[in-house]
Amino acid sequence: MKLVWIGLAVSLAVGALLSLAASPHPDGLERVAEDKGFLETAVGTPLLRSPLPDYVFPGIADERLATGLAGFLGTLVLFALGWGLGWLLRRAARPRGA
Amino acid sequence: MHIPDGFLSAPVWAAAGAVSAAAVALSGARLGKTLEEKQVPLMGVTAAFIFAAQMVNFPIAAGTSGHLGGGVLAALLLGPWAGTLVMTAVLVVQALLFQDGGITALGANVLNMGLLPCLLGFVVYRLLRRLLAGTRGALISAFATAWLLVVLGAALAALQLALSGTVPLRLVLPAMAGIHALIGIGEGLITAAALAFLLRVRRDLVHPQCRPFVRGPAEQAA
Repeated sequence: MKLVWIGLAVSLAVGALLSLAASPHPDGLERVAEDKGFLETAVGTPLLRSPLPDYVFPGIADERLATGLAGFLGTLVLFALGWGLGWLLRRAARPRGA
Repeated sequence: MHIPDGFLSAPVWAAAGAVSAAAVALSGARLGKTLEEKQVPLMGVTAAFIFAAQMVNFPIAAGTSGHLGGGVLAALLLGPWAGTLVMTAVLVVQALLFQDGGITALGANVLNMGLLPCLLGFVVYRLLRRLLAGTRGALISAFATAWLLVVLGAALAALQLALSGTVPLRLVLPAMAGIHALIGIGEGLITAAALAFLLRVRRDLVHPQCRPFVRGPAEQAA
């Protein structure tokens, strides 16, 4: 059980701190889209406005703080979601009254 | 390689969405009965770690970066079904909260970065692990499997782009496979390092069928 909290702490550190050192260059797919000339097919077409687009917490001037906060929040959300999903599945599979 | 909205045609994203939705439903149904108590918090940690690690782009050649996918790692810890669900959770949150990967392309992204590496990766890893016994063999198998599934996932994405009429296959397939052959080295190293760490500190958290293969009388235990 202890390892769960260590794992969460490490993940939060990676998401909130190490992420600040991430390479700003385009990733593999973006690079190919640029090189092969189809990047513009995606421009202006997000169908849904996300609350934290591009891992930036809105309303914070400091770019590093905004990214760190977004990473921290996202990591926490996934920790809860992954755990909750497992908990629900186990509960659903258990026979009634057991 | 999160595909954004606009890259895929409606028939392609709808088909990929249908396959992914069916697979996720099957994963949930399969899993409920076999999921162990200790795997429940592990699902949380795995989802959190993969999300966080995906934020850390590492540089590869010529002004390009790559980042962890994590599908094979998820399968090594949780098995193919729970691994698929965890990867789906990561991709859904990325698309909804962070606009990373399009909402229409979600099914394709789940297919390329979740379902494919979790299911096929689980099979490939277990085959390799039998050929390369011992802890060292397991780590080499993890590296090779993670590398291969990144390249295959990129090839599948290339196929979806070509089927959508976005770019000809003869252009996009070599480009995607080539770049992801480099990114896959990072994926392989992170996957093998995470497996090595867990085998050392909490071997029981590695999926029973993914622990190092031991030859001899104990063979049937694997």
